[in-house]
Amino acid sequence: MSFLDNIWLIPLFPLFGAAAMLLLGKRLDPQAPSDVAVAPGAEPSPAPPHGHHGSHSSGKKALISLLCPGMVLVSLVFSIGAVVELAGKAEKIHEVIKYAWMAGLPFRMADGTMARFGADFGFLLDPLSSVMILVVTGVGFLIHVYAVGYMGHEGGYYRFFGYMNLFVFFMLMLVLANNYLLLFVGWEGVGLCSYLLIGFYFHKKSAGDAANKAFIVNRIGDAGFILGMLLMFGVLGTVRFVDVNAALTSGRFAAETAGFGVLSLMALLLFVGATGKSAQFPLYVWLPDAMEGPTPVSALIHAATMVTAGVYMVARSSALFSLTPETSMVVAAIGAFTAILAASIALVQNDIKRVLAYSTVSQLGYMFVACGVGAYWVAVFHLFTHAFFKALLFLGSGSVIHALSGEQDMRKMGALKDKIPVTHWTMFIASLAIAGIPGFAGFFSKDEILWQAYSSPLGSKVIFAVGLITAGMTAFYMWRLMYLTFYGKSRVEPAAAPHIHESPRVMTIPLSVLAVGSVLAGWIGVPKLWSVFPDAFRTFEHWLAPALASASAHVAETAHHDAATEWLLMLLSVAVALAGIWLARYMYDIKPEKADALASSAPGLYNTLLNKWYVDEIYGFLFIDGMAKGGGTVLGTFDNRVVDGGVNGAGWLTRLTSTVSIWWDTWIIDGSVRLMSFLVKLSSYPMRILQTGQFQAYALAFVLGVLIFFGYYMMR
Amino acid sequence: MFHPVTTVHYMVLSAALLMIGTAGVLARRNIVIILMSIELILNAVNINLVAFSHYFRSVSGQIFAVFVIAVAVAEAAVGLGILIALFRNKETVNADEVDLLKW
Repeated sequence: MSFLDNIWLIPLFPLFGAAAMLLLGKRLDPQAPSDVAVAPGAEPSPAPPHGHHGSHSSGKKALISLLCPGMVLVSLVFSIGAVVELAGKAEKIHEVIKYAWMAGLPFRMADGTMARFGADFGFLLDPLSSVMILVVTGVGFLIHVYAVGYMGHEGGYYRFFGYMNLFVFFMLMLVLANNYLLLFVGWEGVGLCSYLLIGFYFHKKSAGDAANKAFIVNRIGDAGFILGMLLMFGVLGTVRFVDVNAALTSGRFAAETAGFGVLSLMALLLFVGATGKSAQFPLYVWLPDAMEGPTPVSALIHAATMVTAGVYMVARSSALFSLTPETSMVVAAIGAFTAILAASIALVQNDIKRVLAYSTVSQLGYMFVACGVGAYWVAVFHLFTHAFFKALLFLGSGSVIHALSGEQDMRKMGALKDKIPVTHWTMFIASLAIAGIPGFAGFFSKDEILWQAYSSPLGSKVIFAVGLITAGMTAFYMWRLMYLTFYGKSRVEPAAAPHIHESPRVMTIPLSVLAVGSVLAGWIGVPKLWSVFPDAFRTFEHWLAPALASASAHVAETAHHDAATEWLLMLLSVAVALAGIWLARYMYDIKPEKADALASSAPGLYNTLLNKWYVDEIYGFLFIDGMAKGGGTVLGTFDNRVVDGGVNGAGWLTRLTSTVSIWWDTWIIDGSVRLMSFLVKLSSYPMRILQTGQFQAYALAFVLGVLIFFGYYMMR
Repeated sequence: MFHPVTTVHYMVLSAALLMIGTAGVLARRNIVIILMSIELILNAVNINLVAFSHYFRSVSGQIFAVFVIAVAVAEAAVGLGILIALFRNKETVNADEVDLLKW
């Protein structure tokens, strides 16, 4: 048995866990009868005992705690095995096709040749998907372990883990699929799990609303994805990654690189799908609201894995996007705009998780900038490092919320540094990483993105400048979060203050592991500029090169920029990050009154940012009131007049024609039949009176006939 | 004093029987009588056949008369059978009450 041939098993372990939980979980969970989850914010007892997971667990519950993270661990082991075997192969691609999942009918493609609609139930492991499965199973496993502690005292424990395992299953299907259609199955599946987990506290209306919002906004993007896939069928005749890449690199479509052609449209439609899933402008609005879900869900789905699916898909389609500079420019522009928009909103948010949510949107914007300028490996690199430090930040914020008995408002935190030291130190590392301090993971990937944005032929100085400003903002809002949460004076509510406690070890150990990752993850993508380090420190780019072959062409062209510029830009980005951190320290630690003074000096801007640029209100006005309600009136009128009118008209017409039909039937058809019978009756009358039926009458006629006959002969 | 009986006498008798039989068939209402009248007609034929057989000194007429008798027996049997069936169904032997041939 080789792991490589059994990659199809990797998603099945979490599926088993999910099936076990969702089918049988209710019998395992002693709290199941009161299956109403209690949010950390709505904790009824103000004094959760220390180590509450212990006081609540029973043997059966321990089974859940072992089975579900265990299944993800098994997947992780299989993933590592498969990736190690893949690394040993000369050709860094391995496809396992189990069966023809959709064997469809032949159809005529756009260029007139015939193709067969179809998709396999097949799995593809290449460097790109290997990075993804390691992130999904590795970070996913740590978050599952963390959730054992975090969710330990909540109702619906089995339900939570069932959904989480189901999510891991779909996510692995997404990244292991060997064609777009199967990828889309995973894509929709993770959307479903996201919906279920955002709405986990279903008794809260806001959670249900947020779940609906996430689902509906994602549908808009998915419509684009579906159209993109159909166009791909129509133009390329296949959706299998290998075939698509072969068709695109065959040179058949080289002529279309100039101007906005069908490939650009295809790429743009796929990117619309990515904007929905990866929360890019204009479809990012669901992600901040998704923070209604439990914090491990935010960490796993809305930071580390699912929201990066769009980046993965664009990187997977790198052959397509690299052929379409117009669409790539759109991708980079949307990414940069989203990055700075979300970062600006994050500057003033007071909910700790919302800051992180906008930070995620912003970082995803960075990834799309990298995709847009053709540096796909950098996008995946940032995805990889971001998974560590952002999952860590979310889990750390969960630990803070946990410690404060459900408080999420940073204005009611402060001076927690010594009370929850492990949480503090791990989040400290993660904040340095996301701010882009050299040596930490975020620095390497973010700096590479900025450099590529500046130097790539598809990049521009504007995008670089936006990225740089966003980097400063990122450092500021992250350290604002840190200072408000851990330093300064304590503003904790008196009721919650006595119960502040460090989280149990089942939660702090994943934090520590992720903190190590947040430091080390970047060291496999050291800039070429740091020539002190041997090439082994640049494994990531070399590893991904075969999967993103077309992207390397752009990367190669960066060579003509001189090293001095690159050093300068690197120093600039570090300086901006340090400035952001210092400003946060100045405003929220040294002179805390400055922050309020600044806010009140520019109330318009402050309120605009606090209210998220009123984007939700604009959407509400345009789409909900404008299209749904206003459109509802129009549609109501349309329904009344046109649809009902049509139905009534059809009814009237039917009655009219049936009246005509009855008249015709009665008088013409029946009349002619009756006329015929009347004529026959009339003409048969003389014959009828001869037919008496009495044989003696017949005999008389007979005899008379004979007599006449004889008489005739006699008289003659 | 007696004239010898010639063929003409037989023919007159035969004709008389034929007329009587025909009148019976046409005029009587009782089907039994009608059947008897038919027998009269047949026997008028038989007399004719036998008379001409004697006249022509040929035996074939005699043989034909025997055939006619045999056929008359069969005809009477069938006729009476029909009559019984009719009586069972209609409780009548009156010919003018039976007009089934119209249908």
